[in-house]
Amino acid sequence: MNCNETTKNYYRVDKLPHIWCPGCGHGTLMNAVVRAVEKLQLNKDDLVIVSGIGCSSRAPGYLDFNTLHTTHGRALAFATGIKLANPKLHVIVITGDGDSSAIGGNHLIHAARRNIDITTIVFNNNIYGMTGGQYSPTTPYGDFATTSAYGNIDKPFDLCSLAQGAGSTYVGRATAYHVTLMQRLIEKAIQNKGFSFVEGLSICPTYYGRKNKKGDAFEMHSFYKNNCVDIRVVEKTPEKGENKILIGEFHNDPKPEYTESYQVIIDKFQGMGGN
Amino acid sequence: MASKKVLLQNINWCKGCGVCVGFCPKQVLKIEDDKCVIAYPDKCIFCKQCELRCPDNAIYIGGIDNGL
Repeated sequence: MNCNETTKNYYRVDKLPHIWCPGCGHGTLMNAVVRAVEKLQLNKDDLVIVSGIGCSSRAPGYLDFNTLHTTHGRALAFATGIKLANPKLHVIVITGDGDSSAIGGNHLIHAARRNIDITTIVFNNNIYGMTGGQYSPTTPYGDFATTSAYGNIDKPFDLCSLAQGAGSTYVGRATAYHVTLMQRLIEKAIQNKGFSFVEGLSICPTYYGRKNKKGDAFEMHSFYKNNCVDIRVVEKTPEKGENKILIGEFHNDPKPEYTESYQVIIDKFQGMGGN
Repeated sequence: MASKKVLLQNINWCKGCGVCVGFCPKQVLKIEDDKCVIAYPDKCIFCKQCELRCPDNAIYIGGIDNGL
């Protein structure tokens, strides 16, 4: 097949080209996931990728791992089941902004609260792309969508703060432009023993971009290039973070993991010799 | 003899979004008939910006040096 070695090894090349629109950031973010897995040299059979519904959730269809495409918002619920059934597996959830924070909002906060060892990667394109460009919980205030023709009056979620507040032990954010940072964050998130949350700011030139006159895919990438600042820079010089999007590693604080705590209970009662 | 690096593409996967064209520091690429074409391959410095940013895995550096 006419492609690079990474693509040949980790993709279902017979399913490509993917369904996403020209310039969609999801393809770039999906590549970051694949490169992170390649860098960590994980066995493909020990990795499960789970997704819900939406543009982002098409990703597992193209990836040559154990993959599961589930119902809307319920990717984390299915992933929790997989992890509990076989804690040796690396479980990665690829989800979207609507899938993770609207339809699956409760699953997200409770998976984070339990600190179950799942790596959640959100492809956040600020809109419901697949269904025709309705505003999502991350559409910025005042922005346009097919369902907010006069500007969105809802305030957006800060997904990283939400995940951290709910108890996620690893939290980071990168963008489709900052793709090497995205790869590094995913590597660390997979290595973190506990619930990890990485938000990848994607671009949607077809709906969000067109509705808000953000230009073509290159201009939308350039927006992230010019308007994102790493959290480490802002910690040293706070004025550099004014009116900017913060990226980087926000939180890394390992805590007891759920399946391990569960195993302790199992061992305790099996050790009693009641049967 | 050591093999040379070459800029390659899979035209069937290209959707002509223009991201690679925008980020190429040497203006090697251009859009023709809604597809990216490698217009000036001699100018390529193999920086891999296009490969890194292409959402469709449609452009890449091949024929990597075999170390000889």
